[in-house]
Amino acid sequence: MTALILRDIRLAARAGGSAMLALGFFAAVATLVPLGVGADLRLLARIAGGVLWVAAMLAALLALDRLFQADFEDGSLDVIALGPLSLEQTSFAKIAAHWLTTGLPLTILSPLLAVLFGLPSQAIGALFLSLLIGTPAVSAIGAIGAGLTLSIRRGGLILPLIVLPLLSPAVIFGAGTVLSALDGLRNGALPLLTAFSFAACVLSPFATAAAVRLNLGS
Amino acid sequence: MLRYANPARFMKLSSTLVPWLGGLALAALAAGLYLGFAAPPDYQQGDMVRVMFIHVPAAWIAMMAYGLMALASLIGLVQRHPLADVAAKAAAPLGALLTALGLITGSLWGRPMWGTWWVWDGRLTSFLLLLFLYLGYIALWNAIEDEMRAARAAAILALVGAVNLPIIEFSVDGGTTLHQGESILRKGGPLIASVYLWPLALMALGYTLLFFTLWLLRIRTEIMTRRARNLMLAGEA
Amino acid sequence: MSGFWAMGDYAAYVWPAYGISAIGLLVAAVLVLRAHARAKAALARLGVKP
Repeated sequence: MTALILRDIRLAARAGGSAMLALGFFAAVATLVPLGVGADLRLLARIAGGVLWVAAMLAALLALDRLFQADFEDGSLDVIALGPLSLEQTSFAKIAAHWLTTGLPLTILSPLLAVLFGLPSQAIGALFLSLLIGTPAVSAIGAIGAGLTLSIRRGGLILPLIVLPLLSPAVIFGAGTVLSALDGLRNGALPLLTAFSFAACVLSPFATAAAVRLNLGS
Repeated sequence: MLRYANPARFMKLSSTLVPWLGGLALAALAAGLYLGFAAPPDYQQGDMVRVMFIHVPAAWIAMMAYGLMALASLIGLVQRHPLADVAAKAAAPLGALLTALGLITGSLWGRPMWGTWWVWDGRLTSFLLLLFLYLGYIALWNAIEDEMRAARAAAILALVGAVNLPIIEFSVDGGTTLHQGESILRKGGPLIASVYLWPLALMALGYTLLFFTLWLLRIRTEIMTRRARNLMLAGEA
Repeated sequence: MSGFWAMGDYAAYVWPAYGISAIGLLVAAVLVLRAHARAKAALARLGVKP
């Protein structure tokens, strides 16, 4: 399985770096929103959690539709499916690779961008932690959507349409974690985010594998 | 060929059911509308209370439709029964419409009562996301060309969404909400005065019967369309 | 009678709500019935009774 993860990471890096695209998008949003909203640092600090979480989620989504499509189109997905790894394991590997190339870099970049929003340091820590815990869920749930839509050419908007509603608890809890650090109140968002992310990562490989299987079969 | 035995029975059964369901639906709606407008204005809400008679049934049936869609999806996935897939597909646009009506009527009700067109609480947020789930489901069916693949993909989506919806509702406020709480199916009996309960019940019944009528008609239409297509393909062969 | 239409000054909310609901349901019913009739006609043209 490590081989598959490494292969996917290498592919992602070669394909012009989906990581770069995601980071670029993330940085762009993080710079443009304060420009649009104005210099009120108190206001920016309050919306930072939500804005950065949404931006991270959309950025991670950018690379998602190619998660299975590239391998499907050139036939290598069939080869992988017949290989030693089960489709569930393959899905997990792809989710891991996706996270390592999008979610993780985004998380690492986030403290830098949080400064643009005037977030105090304990809130920056909360943001970092929430993204670290929550972005795997984005990859996991996104993978389900990617599996369902892998046979759709120019699927375009359908993948975000399917995936974003399912991801809303992650955004809500993620932004809530930042708010809780900002207000100094414990609001249970982080434990809930952890539970949601854990459940998503555990369950998603099965749903993703089922989605891939139905597209490879019949 | 044995597969068609069930659709044939369904066609026969539905052809007798549909006129009855439709007729009863219209009767219930007519009675509900009459009683709804004959009822006196509410002590607190005045005449706005009458919006309840079209908002609550729409919301209820929107959720019921999703439940039926998820159930049909599960049966379709497990039993591989094509009729179940058709049933799920047929329910979606009706459910989406009712969700939209629920959102619109709810917003019109909320503006004078709460002072705002919208509130991001658990119930409204999850109801809005229900609309997006419906739209995504319909889009998925339309986007995948192979009928059987589309059925299975949509079924998986419906089930994942079904799991997600309660999570979304809970996640927003942990259950606290500005929205009206449970006031009908309560242990101590309904909180609503019977002068409002009757029109509400009749409208709910009417909406339910109307949904089933249109749902059965849509399933019939899909079965007939597929049969015509198969006949034409066989004729050309 | 004007009191009825005024709906206690809430007319701007009540009647659009009822109106949109009625239109939505009516249009849905018409579309469903028409599609049903068309499918039935298509089968009839092929010489089959549904």
